[in-house]
Amino acid sequence: MIHPRRLPLEYSSVASVEGPLLVVRGVDGVGWDEQATVKLDSGELRHGQVLEVDRDLAVVELFEGGDGIKPDAARVAFAGTPIRIPVGEGWLGRVCNGRGQVIDGGPPVMGAEWRNVAGRPINPARRMPPRDPIITGVSAVDGLATLVRGQKLPIFSVGGLPHLELAAQIAAQATAPGTSFRVIFAAMGITNADAELVRDVLEERAGKGELALFINRADDPVVERILVPRLALTVAEHLAFDLDHHVLVVMCDMTSYCEAVREAASARGEIPGRHGYPGHLYSDLASVYERCGRLKGHAGSITQLPVLTMPAGDITHPVPDLTGYITEGQLVLSTEMQAAGVYPPFEALSSLSRLMRNGAGQGRTRSDHLALSAQTFAALARAREVRELEEMVGSDALSETDQSYLRFSTALERSMLHQRRDEMRDLDDTLDRAWEALSKLPRRELTMLSRELIDEHLNKKGGLG
Amino acid sequence: MSIPSVGKVLRVNGPVVEIGGLKNVATAELVEVGRDCLPGEAVTIREGIITAQVYAYTGGLAPGDTAHALGRPLSVALGPGLLGGVFDGTMRPLDAAAEFLETAGAPQVDAARTWAFTPRAALGDDLKPGALLGVIQETPVIEHRLLAPPGASGRLTWIAAPGEHSVDDRLATVGKVTVGFSNHWPVRKPRPVAERLPAASPLVTGQRVLDLLYPIAKGSTACVPGGFGTGKTMLLQQIAKWSDADVIVYVGCGERGNEMADVLDELPRLVDPRTGRPLMDRTVIIANTSNMPVMAREASIYSGVTVAEYFRDMGYHAIVIADSTSRWAEALREFASRTGQLPAEEGYPASLSSALAAFYERAGLARTLGGTEASVTVIGAVSPPGGDVTEPVTAHSTRFVRSLWSLDRDLAYARHYPAVGWTASFSRDAERLGAWKAAHGDPLWAVRRERVIALLGESDRLRSMAELVGSTALPDLERVVLLTADLIREAVLQQSALSPNDVYCSPAKQAALMDAVLQVHDHCLELIQAKVPASLIEEVDMSSLVRAKDAGGPDDIAAATSARDSILGQLEALR
Repeated sequence: MIHPRRLPLEYSSVASVEGPLLVVRGVDGVGWDEQATVKLDSGELRHGQVLEVDRDLAVVELFEGGDGIKPDAARVAFAGTPIRIPVGEGWLGRVCNGRGQVIDGGPPVMGAEWRNVAGRPINPARRMPPRDPIITGVSAVDGLATLVRGQKLPIFSVGGLPHLELAAQIAAQATAPGTSFRVIFAAMGITNADAELVRDVLEERAGKGELALFINRADDPVVERILVPRLALTVAEHLAFDLDHHVLVVMCDMTSYCEAVREAASARGEIPGRHGYPGHLYSDLASVYERCGRLKGHAGSITQLPVLTMPAGDITHPVPDLTGYITEGQLVLSTEMQAAGVYPPFEALSSLSRLMRNGAGQGRTRSDHLALSAQTFAALARAREVRELEEMVGSDALSETDQSYLRFSTALERSMLHQRRDEMRDLDDTLDRAWEALSKLPRRELTMLSRELIDEHLNKKGGLG
Repeated sequence: MSIPSVGKVLRVNGPVVEIGGLKNVATAELVEVGRDCLPGEAVTIREGIITAQVYAYTGGLAPGDTAHALGRPLSVALGPGLLGGVFDGTMRPLDAAAEFLETAGAPQVDAARTWAFTPRAALGDDLKPGALLGVIQETPVIEHRLLAPPGASGRLTWIAAPGEHSVDDRLATVGKVTVGFSNHWPVRKPRPVAERLPAASPLVTGQRVLDLLYPIAKGSTACVPGGFGTGKTMLLQQIAKWSDADVIVYVGCGERGNEMADVLDELPRLVDPRTGRPLMDRTVIIANTSNMPVMAREASIYSGVTVAEYFRDMGYHAIVIADSTSRWAEALREFASRTGQLPAEEGYPASLSSALAAFYERAGLARTLGGTEASVTVIGAVSPPGGDVTEPVTAHSTRFVRSLWSLDRDLAYARHYPAVGWTASFSRDAERLGAWKAAHGDPLWAVRRERVIALLGESDRLRSMAELVGSTALPDLERVVLLTADLIREAVLQQSALSPNDVYCSPAKQAALMDAVLQVHDHCLELIQAKVPASLIEEVDMSSLVRAKDAGGPDDIAAATSARDSILGQLEALR
């Protein structure tokens, strides 16, 4: 618990400025993790937080960096509390920067209550396992890797792929039918062009008061990126667990976030670990990713869709690796599918929603859903083997059954996985398209589907017997 | 007693806090800092300055804030109320805590709770440590035995009457020592036993690949390395649910909150096949998820093993499952880095390997102070970054454990679960357990195991060759090896965690399935001798044997034998 201690005190005793770190001498009663404000002689304000207090020294990490600060002219004020943000529905429909200041020309967001952005850990004994689906309107996700309310399911992508478009599309379209659904989009280190794209796609939903946007651009302060997801999640926790909304938090790009964490750690002189990332990156990422789920006795939930780009496509890179250890599955985008002209370029066989078996199927999505997706995955795995074989022996040497797998895979890519960037496909349509693709296979190959399901779905459409 | 002194906080850097002016403090003793009395542990003391690791968020803590010493090391309160409960890394009950955890949590013991006590010792008895004083029926399956604690010996001068007593009540006085329900024990100190014994009998996990190929003894150690997505947590949860230990301590150390929620949702509903009671009745859960304070994560695995030792001392076979020891090691690394210790491998402190060794060494079969044979088995998950098994935590754990269950990404990718690979896994208990099996009605166990491992190894070699030349180009004998290896994988080693018939498998059914496959293999070899072509053998439908594991209940061997008979019949018809 944080005890408001005293009025903010101002110090003019800056001892050193080094990168984003500023050391203040002669402080008294300044606590760890407190919020600090630095006033430059030009009148400019910079913001930061206390990284370490040692006797009468306080080390402050500045979000906007230390350039341009004259030590003998700067004045540092400590707030007496960690960084806080007002919470409430006032954020919905608004656009703000990475420090939570509105940049849409409107008045500042007010809230009845201020909360510490670091949050507090959810008591694992008070959690409820995620059980209900979110419908994103994107067939690849809904059909094969269903997102479940309370889940954290990242998108693993590489530079040049349309992951931002996909994330924005999901943010614009996702719903939990019959409930009040809200979206928070947190952007870290995205280019101005991308920021415009995001604002365009999300404008309509924001206009309806269902979405809030936090944007830190590529030319905004780097260290500020550490703050952005925490602001978004603090607002989300209030919406979900005080106001009973289902909240989807989209965070893009987590690789930029991790790079900011690395930059800050390096400025502090911490011992670097793999790829120069600090040893506490796992705990740091967990303090973001674990702020989702459901709670007993509350109707709302927080679902996270973090987006990250794998440097050089390397899935063993610390950012995707540590993310994969914390999150519940992953949606993988690939350059191969992109080259095949499929949007979203979803690599089904590498993708997995670990919670799908609890959140889809009878009573949740549709009774045939789990068997249908299992059969689709099995057939895709076989189709990949056939394709490898084809490369060695040529397509003429393939058996008729093998050829049917290639037809299935093409049909699935063309008509089910592929869709327009503004297309909201309903779930029935998505699943029927998977059936349609499976109809390219001989019936005897459909070993994971019951005879009843096959009769119900394929006979009426006149599929292969 | 010395007068408690008051110190001052000098420096705060995350969970690392320096304190000055505190007298009479030893390292490993508890301190409390700040207005909220955040708990912490003194790690080093240099020139009067104590460096402590604090088990809570230190936001707002400032130089000049007060600090107290508690005069005792980090301890857990051991007594009734542990089974079926959920605790954080320092054993504070989470059932009673708020939705969002406060920095200062609830006390370890619920003072309002009462327990029915039945004395089992008489006034005037001359007792030694470990002697039975009385019992509490803590859950329908576990009788909680109140023992004379280590260090308490002499005449029983007082014992409580049968009936309900509260946690604060005195229950007995042995010599000069007063005994109540709740007894503190420092977590970093192993509880004493009369004698350590060589582990000899198997821990039946109910998972075929483990029990048949890489078995573990009661009182032994195992480690499970596996990259993300290889099914590590799933395998550990299966062991927690279906192994034949008496008490399970499941430590979720720096892992996912939703996974803990799943365990907590499932265990009260699953029924223990041995007792017919909910599995929760024999389980203690320690949940220090990845977002909970890092230093409490460091403490959690010691809390877990201490609780397991406590039940061992009552005469039970306990197992500790720690998921994941890598997160514990990372907590060590984080503290070492913040206190400026010289890093050894990959930033971990040089003490990592000795700390790991000491942790696994708390496992063992023992004669307890009370004279019974009981054990603590330790199973630790390892999460190698990027799946790299040469990283320090995996490499050192491998040196200290008796069994290694190495999870293979290729198997997991092919949806072969549990994805325990046969090239990197080992069991150093196998020989001794083979002798035990031979003395307990299964003399063929060791032979069976050797044949299967040899067949799997041979098939891996042949398969890489078949990829180059095509399997039809191999000699008939070798094609049969490939066929059998596929059958071993699909009919025996793969096991579904979701099918009620297959979630666990009795030793009799395990042996029946394995024998059926080997008998089919032998028959195929005979046919090859008799010049029956392998291409004909390959066309025999063996799917009934693949389905046999799921066709009957966990004890049902009929499906295996009837599938075997029908396949042998089909094979014989080929002559």
